Amino acid sequence: MKNTQIELQIKVPNQTRYLSLIGRISEELAAQLQNYNEDREALANHINVVLTEALVNAIRHANADNPDEEVEIRITVTDEELVLQVFDHGRGFDLNSISQTAKDSQDELEDHGRGLYIMRSLMDSVDYYPIKGGNVLEMHKQFR
Amino acid sequence: MNLKLEDNGQVVLLQVKEERLDAHNSEQLKQELGRLFEEGKTRVVVDLKEVRFIDSSGLGALVSGFKNASSRQAGLKLSSLQSQVKSMFELTRLHRVFDIYTTVDEALEAF
Repeated sequence: MKNTQIELQIKVPNQTRYLSLIGRISEELAAQLQNYNEDREALANHINVVLTEALVNAIRHANADNPDEEVEIRITVTDEELVLQVFDHGRGFDLNSISQTAKDSQDELEDHGRGLYIMRSLMDSVDYYPIKGGNVLEMHKQFR
Repeated sequence: MNLKLEDNGQVVLLQVKEERLDAHNSEQLKQELGRLFEEGKTRVVVDLKEVRFIDSSGLGALVSGFKNASSRQAGLKLSSLQSQVKSMFELTRLHRVFDIYTTVDEALEAF
């Protein structure tokens, strides 16, 4: 059975001004993890950046920059893994179309897909799927 | 976004006085770099000493400046990257694209 260390649920308005707040919370979380023996500063930065990328996708693309919408973030830490979920209430976007472009592109100067590339590189899995009333972007990272 | 600009007539030094360069503020940096190159500036150093965090939008703003400079035969150099910022350049392989210097002085002298 998975032993949950920490579970956080945060809701913020659909505005990029809240990115730094979520960034600070995620970095503090990395400092609190038990049984993590690798570089904590790097982990803190990685959680910060992947959550920032996921939030911006939700704010700009899924929720179409509507400031009256909100995004919900759920962070779950068990002994085995870190799970980050970002929920939007919008029309969603096609993760696969972005990922195909990013995969095919050999050009570092190509802007399209850099955020997703960062998420995929730093986490073990990145999925985006519809749920009732919206969508969720879900990322997992195993503690080894 | 807090940007400090110094122009000695030869080189423009643009200091990003923010802890985060992300989707919330990077558009302003993009616009400022665009304005400088449009005005005919040919040598620009962006100092990232105070930036502790960068996301894909922040990287995108600098890439936009780089492309803008290249298309006008101008130069854009970066200086003073903190370790976590540098790691994002390496992850996205952009460290191979930009001229990156340890200090502002080194970047200024490199022109």
